[in-house]
Amino acid sequence: MQIPYTSEHHPETGLYNAKLGIWLFLASEVMLFGALFTSYILLRMGAPTWPHGWEILNIPLATVNTVVLIASSVTMVMSWASLMMNDFKKYKMYMGITVVCGLIFLVIKGFEYAAKFEHGYFPSTNNFFATYFTLTGLHGLHVIGGIIVNAYFWGPGSKMWKTEPQRFVNRIEVAGLYWHFVDLVWIFLFPSLYLL
Amino acid sequence: MEHSHAEIKKHVRKYIFVFVALMALTVVTVAVSYLHLTMTTAVIVALFIASIKGALVAGYFMHLISEKKVIYLTLAFTLFFFIGMIVLTMSSISDQVMMPHVS
Repeated sequence: MQIPYTSEHHPETGLYNAKLGIWLFLASEVMLFGALFTSYILLRMGAPTWPHGWEILNIPLATVNTVVLIASSVTMVMSWASLMMNDFKKYKMYMGITVVCGLIFLVIKGFEYAAKFEHGYFPSTNNFFATYFTLTGLHGLHVIGGIIVNAYFWGPGSKMWKTEPQRFVNRIEVAGLYWHFVDLVWIFLFPSLYLL
Repeated sequence: MEHSHAEIKKHVRKYIFVFVALMALTVVTVAVSYLHLTMTTAVIVALFIASIKGALVAGYFMHLISEKKVIYLTLAFTLFFFIGMIVLTMSSISDQVMMPHVS
C-alpha cells in the first residue's frame, strides 16, 4: 500500500502528513505532561509543608543534564540542516552526537536515581518524591523512545537517503520535533522540581 | 526542496545563536535559585525564564515561527484545553478553602 503525502505536501494542509501527525501527537503529550504538572501544583499548594528541591536534589548534576539535553537539541536540528544542504556525512556526525547526548542524559539520571535509592528515597517515601520520580521517570521514558528512533535513523533507517531523500529529510524533521519537545519539557521540569 | 543552501546557512547561524541564549538562560536560572528569593518571586522568575527558553526552542528549533496555519490552530486548540485543565483543577483548591468544615 502506498502511504500518501510522505514527501509532497497535502493540498488541504500545505504539510506532509507526518508533520501534522507529529504535532497532533505532541498536542496529546502537552495534555499528558500538563495533567501531571497540574497535579504537582495541586499537591504542593495543598501540602502543609513541601521541601525545596534544592535541599534534596542534586542541582549540579541536573544542570549538567540540562546543558547536555539542550546541546542534543542543537545537534538534532543541525542534522536536519545538514541533510537540507545535501551533506550526509555531517548528518551522520550530528545525529550520532544527538544519540550520545541522549545516552549521557540517561546515565546521569541513572546516577541521580541510584543516589536517591541509596539514601532510602523512593516514590512511596512522600508526595515530593512521588512527584519527582513520576515526572522525571516519564520524561526519561520519552528520552529512551527518542534515542531508539534517532539511533534507527542514524543506522539502518538512513538507507532511505539513497532511495527517497526528501522523505528521509522529512522523517528527520519529525524525529527532531519530538526530540525538541522532550527538551522543552525538561526546560520546565528542571526549575520546577530542582530549583523551587 | 523549498529552501536554498543560503537560507539553511542563515538558519544554522540562528540555531547557534539560540543555543548560546539557551545556555546563558540556564546559567541565569540556576544562579537566581541560589539567591533564595521568596516563593512567589522565585516561581515567577523561574517560569518566566523557562517560558523564554521554551519559546526559543519551539520558535526556532521546531520552526514554529514559520509554520502553516493548521499547526497554529492545533496548538491554539491544545492551549485552550490545557488552560481549562489548570483552571478547573485550581478552582478545586478555592472550593476547599471556602468550605473548610465540609468533609
